[in-house]
Amino acid sequence: MATLPHIAALQKRQRILVTPEGLSLPLTIASRGSRVGALFLDFVILNVTMALVTGLLIYIGLGVLDLNFGGGFQNTGPLEFLAVLWLILMFAFRYGYFLYFELGPRGATPGKRMLGIRVAARGGAQGTGRLTAEAVIARNLLRDIELFMPLVLIMGAQSGEGGLAGMAAAAWFAIFMAFPFFNRDAMRAGDLIAGTWVVEVPRRKLGSSMSVAESAGGASQVPEADYRFSDAELSVYGEYELQTLERVLRDNQAPAMEAVAEAICTKIGWTNGSGHERAFLEAYYTQLRGRLERDMRFGQRKADKHS
Amino acid sequence: MKAPSFATLWGRKEATPPPDVEAAALRSDRFRLEREADWKRLEQIVARLESGRLRRVSDDDILALPALYRTAASSLAVARETTLDAATLDYLESLVQRAWFQVYGPRTSALAWFRRFLGGGLSASIRAIWLDILIALAAMIAGTIVGYLLVASDAAWFHALVPAGFGGDRAPGASVEALQKTLSGAGEDGRSGLSVFAAFLFSNNAKVSILAFALGFAFGIPSILLLVQNMALLGAMLWVFNDAGLAVDFIAWLSVHGTTELFAILLAGGAGIHVGRSMAFPGAQSVLAAAAQSGRRAAQVMTGVVLMLMIAALLEGYVRQLVTDTPSRFIIGGTMLAIWLAYFFALRPRDRQGDA
Repeated sequence: MATLPHIAALQKRQRILVTPEGLSLPLTIASRGSRVGALFLDFVILNVTMALVTGLLIYIGLGVLDLNFGGGFQNTGPLEFLAVLWLILMFAFRYGYFLYFELGPRGATPGKRMLGIRVAARGGAQGTGRLTAEAVIARNLLRDIELFMPLVLIMGAQSGEGGLAGMAAAAWFAIFMAFPFFNRDAMRAGDLIAGTWVVEVPRRKLGSSMSVAESAGGASQVPEADYRFSDAELSVYGEYELQTLERVLRDNQAPAMEAVAEAICTKIGWTNGSGHERAFLEAYYTQLRGRLERDMRFGQRKADKHS
Repeated sequence: MKAPSFATLWGRKEATPPPDVEAAALRSDRFRLEREADWKRLEQIVARLESGRLRRVSDDDILALPALYRTAASSLAVARETTLDAATLDYLESLVQRAWFQVYGPRTSALAWFRRFLGGGLSASIRAIWLDILIALAAMIAGTIVGYLLVASDAAWFHALVPAGFGGDRAPGASVEALQKTLSGAGEDGRSGLSVFAAFLFSNNAKVSILAFALGFAFGIPSILLLVQNMALLGAMLWVFNDAGLAVDFIAWLSVHGTTELFAILLAGGAGIHVGRSMAFPGAQSVLAAAAQSGRRAAQVMTGVVLMLMIAALLEGYVRQLVTDTPSRFIIGGTMLAIWLAYFFALRPRDRQGDA
């Protein structure tokens, strides 16, 4: 099967996770783009929150100052308290934000959640795969040298403040920043240390089954019994074509269905009246699936029409 | 809020006709229709767990979760071999994966983790990296001696080691009175501003020690360099005070918070070296597995370091400025050191009982 570039890229990100029940679950490593996007969102949220809190504290501080001047005495106690509160809050935001959210039941910060990705434990040889508090702490402690340090140093190197040593340091830290591009699992240095990776969390609704759509309620203009395909007519296609057909039925676009019905008719030598494409395709889908699934139970799978 | 949402949920369920299992032509469709209700229920429970509103999940649902998860998992295993309905397969894969994260997710609450952490987890991690702590200690001692000797040989070194503005009055050639004044603490502006100072110290020291840990990633060498550099600064200071005949007072002044703070920095450096060393020499494990294992251990130590730095900042911001005579300072610093050593290295028997 010739694979399209984007399909090939997707397959490169597929990993298999084996649950304790011995069931293999496919996981998709989150793309580097979505991780950068998530980080950006998190930073916007974090900085907006910090700015709001700072603004609020300044507002309160100004109020306290006013009171002081009105009362005519100097008492720095409340102001000092505000300053301490600010310092502690900024520290807590910077390190606590990622910790709090990644330890939650979703294993993701709001930014990651919006992009449908989460942190998960890398299975490895032990295969336990539980995300622990230590792992989340470790992966977030390294954020400093991966992000803040390189940014500061690269800014410094541009203005030429640090001289040659500054530039060398910037290059050295840029390596950490580019770390996810140097390994297959798109791990950043923190992921490596903590034994975690970031994966996609697909949330799919259960789509209706195309083979029972008719019997479950919709009134068919043409009784299904009208379409009976012989074994030979069903044997021209495999699973790949079946799934394409399922997609076409699900999308329910008239032009596409006409084209597909036309193609199938040509292939199996039928002529089908126009206007009944959906009924025809549903009948063909159901019977083709029935045939392929029967063969499957006997251990014979047919990947596509060429096999 | 709670009751109506349930009512509509059930109401909607009753509105849809029960699936006509017999009418389905395909065996795989019958399989799906028979189990669909269980899958949907699992999806609802998982969605509620994910949203973090545990109160909205009834006891029945929690009890049913493992069984429903296994049903869905076995459904997926069967479906992979019997059905070609892509909708069912995709849905089950995503459902089982989501349920797996909930069933096998971190089940300890933050509070329980913290209790275990203080009651032995921290001490055990610190004992586990004893060799790296010794390496860090050697680096720190070497740094102090180097700093002292450099400044002793040529006072100009002081300005190379100590950033401008950091030392203030503490510089070679400063008068004994000026130096004494920096030690007394009461000289500047008395009590005011102490809490801001303490908070600033904590925030700054925590960043430095997190850096010392994080740099360990590059095989531990930058961590050692950072330790040597910071301690050289201390050595330079020590020479200045020794020159003025105030060495004992300086050490006492430093020991109030220094025994806690330097211990914390020592642990942070040790944690960094531990990560670097286990990546450079992973032994029988793969580099990735060794890094992950040491990283998690070091993360516990680092949590301890941050807590220690909080205490150090309180000691530095308040106690050091309020207690001004040398013997009392020595007593406070020595007591803190004894407490830490006892906590980290003598908590062992109770910890073993916990493991057994």
